[in-house]
Amino acid sequence: MNAVWVGLIVIAILVAAFTGHMEETTNAAMDSAGAAVELAIGLIGVMALWLGLMKIAEKAGLVQALARLLRPLLRRIFPEVPKDHPAMGSMLANIAANMLGLGNSATALGLRAMQDLQNLNKEKASASNSMATFLAINTSSVTIIPATVIAIRASANSNSPAEIIGPVIVATLVSTTVGIFASRLLQRFVPAQGVDVATTDDQPSDNPRPQADTCTTNTGMSDSSNPRPQADTGTSDTGTSDQDSSSAGRSTGKKNGEGR
Amino acid sequence: MDTLQGILAEMGSWAIPVAIVGIVGIGAIRKVKVYEVFVEGAKEGFDVGVRIIPYLVAILVAIGMFRASGALDFLVAALDPLLSWVGYPGEALPMALIRPLSGSGALGVMTELINTHGPDSFIGRLASVMMGSTETTFYVLAVYLGSVAVRRSRHTLAACLIADAAGLIAAFIVVKVVWG
Repeated sequence: MNAVWVGLIVIAILVAAFTGHMEETTNAAMDSAGAAVELAIGLIGVMALWLGLMKIAEKAGLVQALARLLRPLLRRIFPEVPKDHPAMGSMLANIAANMLGLGNSATALGLRAMQDLQNLNKEKASASNSMATFLAINTSSVTIIPATVIAIRASANSNSPAEIIGPVIVATLVSTTVGIFASRLLQRFVPAQGVDVATTDDQPSDNPRPQADTCTTNTGMSDSSNPRPQADTGTSDTGTSDQDSSSAGRSTGKKNGEGR
Repeated sequence: MDTLQGILAEMGSWAIPVAIVGIVGIGAIRKVKVYEVFVEGAKEGFDVGVRIIPYLVAILVAIGMFRASGALDFLVAALDPLLSWVGYPGEALPMALIRPLSGSGALGVMTELINTHGPDSFIGRLASVMMGSTETTFYVLAVYLGSVAVRRSRHTLAACLIADAAGLIAAFIVVKVVWG
């Protein structure tokens, strides 16, 4: 996301400089910033309505019942989510709302699903595998009634405004299926804890477990800095003297205490 | 087709009322304190709305600048020869490129294409199917990941863009097969 964001902005400025669209680009930046806030504020009402209803549905056992309905399929797609977890139900509710083309309601339900998935997520700052798959399904659009498109076609005097429904469903099925497989496949190349690789090879077997854990969190926290040097210090510490390693152990305890 | 459209449109307008009555009704039958529980849940609505603002501003500003600068036109010009080789009409290319970035932008492009080429032309149909079968990926990712403060998206963007590409290609093939 970082690279994309920088890319979009830098390219925009460069192109604007060449084409003389600097004025428009500036205006677009300001207008978009305002529009973003309006969009978010506009969502609040619908958001509150659906979060309230979802809470009732959850207490009444409806969310769980919905999840049970499609459990065999969902368990394959989201193996990390426990079978009776509310996340299953809220994801289904979001997908159902998307199918019916319910716009903001679908968004509200989707954000609720993200919260449920975040509760299951061990690395809160990174997207979990389930989140990626859920978003791939979501952005591939599972619409069965593209209402706006049909309306525009009708107003342009189409002979058959709704004739696109069949093709839309086929294209949507293809993209959703590809999205699910792509996310399940790609997740293998992007470990949830990006520092795993750095900490596995430098820890001798006689090292106690907790220390290995701190190393992970250390490198995890200083995200941008190079994890290598830190890992190297860890090895030399334990290698040179016992005192060093015990002091490292003490600091480990402190770090853990602060963390929790 | 017209009756099908009617039924589907009817389903759309009934969905929300039925869901509301169903949830509240079943909740009440199952002895849930519906009013209190509703308010408790609804409270979070404000927080979520406010929490996504910085993420939305970031992504919408970047996309807005990208569109206004004319960078999209360059991209279209660069990809045009490649796509016309497989028979993809160049006029519909902006549609494919703008769709993951901006919903309103894509709607504008689609409306324009339908009005210039006619809703029942190849381009008109292609634009309609592409609009209906894909989503504004960047917006959805920013809002959904932002709402739970996830910063590292890992493979999410790649998976979503692959899905988008598959959807756009499928749209082209289906329209080609159905209407030639």
